[in-house]
Amino acid sequence: MLRGLRAIDVDVHPVVPGMAALTPYMDEFWRDQVVERGINTIASQNYPPNAPKTARADWKQASRVGDLQAQLLDPWEIATAILTPLYGTQMVMNADMARAFTRALNDWTRAEWLDCDERLRASIVLPMHDPDHAVEEIERLAPDRRFVQAQVLVMGETPAGKRQHWPVYAACVKHGLPLAIHAGSCFRHPVTSVGWPSWYLEEYSAQAQGFQSTLGSLITEGVLSKFPELKIVLLESGVTWLMPFLYRLQKTWKGTRFEIPWVDRPPVEMVRDQVRLSCQPFDAPPEVVPRVLEMLGSEDLLMWASDWPHWQYDGDQAIPPGMPASLLPKLLRGNALATYARLREGVTA
Amino acid sequence: MNVIQPIRGRSKPPAATLGLVDVDIHPRMKKPTDLNPWLSQRWQEHLATYGIRARHGFVGGQPPFPKAQPLACRRDAWPPGGGSPASDLDFLRFQLLDQYGTDIGVLNPLQPSGQGDNNNEFSAAMAHAVNEWQLAEWTRKEPRLRASVVVPYDDGPASAREIEKRAGDSNFCQVLMMSRTAEPAGKSRYWPIYEAAEAAGLPVAFHAFGYSGWAMTNGGWPSFYTEEVSEHAISAQNQVVSLVVEGVLERFPKLNVVMIECGFAWVPNVAWRLDQHWQQLRGEVPHLKLKPSEYIKRNIWFSTQPMEDPERPEHILDIMEWIGWDKILFASDYPHWDFDDPLLALSGAISAEKRRDIYGGNAIKLYGL
Repeated sequence: MLRGLRAIDVDVHPVVPGMAALTPYMDEFWRDQVVERGINTIASQNYPPNAPKTARADWKQASRVGDLQAQLLDPWEIATAILTPLYGTQMVMNADMARAFTRALNDWTRAEWLDCDERLRASIVLPMHDPDHAVEEIERLAPDRRFVQAQVLVMGETPAGKRQHWPVYAACVKHGLPLAIHAGSCFRHPVTSVGWPSWYLEEYSAQAQGFQSTLGSLITEGVLSKFPELKIVLLESGVTWLMPFLYRLQKTWKGTRFEIPWVDRPPVEMVRDQVRLSCQPFDAPPEVVPRVLEMLGSEDLLMWASDWPHWQYDGDQAIPPGMPASLLPKLLRGNALATYARLREGVTA
Repeated sequence: MNVIQPIRGRSKPPAATLGLVDVDIHPRMKKPTDLNPWLSQRWQEHLATYGIRARHGFVGGQPPFPKAQPLACRRDAWPPGGGSPASDLDFLRFQLLDQYGTDIGVLNPLQPSGQGDNNNEFSAAMAHAVNEWQLAEWTRKEPRLRASVVVPYDDGPASAREIEKRAGDSNFCQVLMMSRTAEPAGKSRYWPIYEAAEAAGLPVAFHAFGYSGWAMTNGGWPSFYTEEVSEHAISAQNQVVSLVVEGVLERFPKLNVVMIECGFAWVPNVAWRLDQHWQQLRGEVPHLKLKPSEYIKRNIWFSTQPMEDPERPEHILDIMEWIGWDKILFASDYPHWDFDDPLLALSGAISAEKRRDIYGGNAIKLYGL
């Protein structure tokens, strides 16, 4: 259904097969740590490796660029795909280890994916628990224009809007990089505010609550006000939580704005200007999609994603059923080009 | 929102032809020792010496996020004769029940009720005392009021005993929990509560609030009261998901759940999300015999205040339509600052018949009033 449309895919997950794949990109000290301490993997519980959500049955073993080409890029004639690695490098507790592993992950992505296919772009995965390290990683990789955004997980150690993170956002603005916030927890806190649930279905559902809290934090702390040029890209969020959440936040803000005077215009307007969302998954049955789009109130918010290799749909039904044909040019290309300055540039390695 | 002065003479909403039932009124004690008649000497001393020990570290004030107003109350709700808002029955009659012609008001006592206290045994003693206090000071003096069975919810068996004690007493119309329990509300430690409530024919209400002991977001503690108000709706979403996915509503099919002051615009998208991802993950949860959304539609009611405020008013009608017009209950949240005036709360875009049901018909059926 996508052939011939030159779609831009904003959420594609290269799968790290294990720590042995990353050690070539570490210095001698960390290579030695990995071997001597037996750190064979840091795969994340956010996507249990064998869970059905983690990889579609026909997309398993998707850990090489050849898999991506064969399963997605070639058959669907994807023009550009943005890589969003989810390996657990951001979760490790030791900030120095997180820095080393995240650097290795980003260098692995560059060498084993970006260098192998000109259609690919990537995200600078940030070791967010030390903002200095995160800024350093942006400065290190931003000169490579194939890195088109910075990327964090939605559930961190402290809410995203807190002031200690602001140097990271300043660095994003400086280099014209959107901040992508992807589903996933660093597991510094239970995945619900009432503790740990029993089932993965609950845990996966809780991503949508994480996105609400995180967006609320970015708004109330003043990140969107302080950095009006900063684009926020919410990846794999589920989409339909957005407007009901804003209806409540905006109503509350009318009564409590005295405590956050820097939020000087309606939050819904700020979101329409600065926040974008990937459309997979799209948590709504097809018959209500037109109404959901009407509530979003803008055709500029949604960007198409395959979410490869996660199992969100079957076959090639990667455009959520119910999407009107008139939205497709923006959904498949226009909104991504408007969001990512670096996608509008000529390609240079 | 905040009503500073009564805006018109006494009147009931014209659409409330089946009666006006307000499912969220917060009675307060006049003084901390008001519960003493029903507390043992030991727990009286404990309360006086150590106070309420909630899971947020503050002893007094309005922790941990100072509210928008003192005690989060309307400025005009302080009784002329002294005391804090909703501590004086006569003034509550004057300002609320008589003002709007309320036929039935459901009491939801908040702190110092002892709910969610670090000490379960103390919480159980307090729950008993608060329930006796509701009878003695409120429902026996004012036939329009109904009490909630306050339970020490983090102790399931003790909660079940408190429910059994109140079963069959028509002064009580529901069981009351807070929306932030120490673990997700669907966990088996809470099942004795649901079993006892189902047996007693009492709905279980979750009122927004409480401190679970975990960070208020799944990414850490926020900074502002504005965020805390949002988080009430977010934690309620987690609780609905938990009640469904842990199988509570499968195991206790006649259990009626009421989400109070949690908002409701999020209900469709939470249900859609569960249905969507259950398709791929259902192998994990074979104990669910229905689609997740079917449990929500069958077993869960929602109160109106504070109602989300879409840009286009008709969008709230879509949301109500999805939830079910028979599942929405009117609430004023008196005496809090974000009180909904019964005369203004429901949009004229809602048909008179549906407003009639929201104002009273639905609650009369649910609670058997």
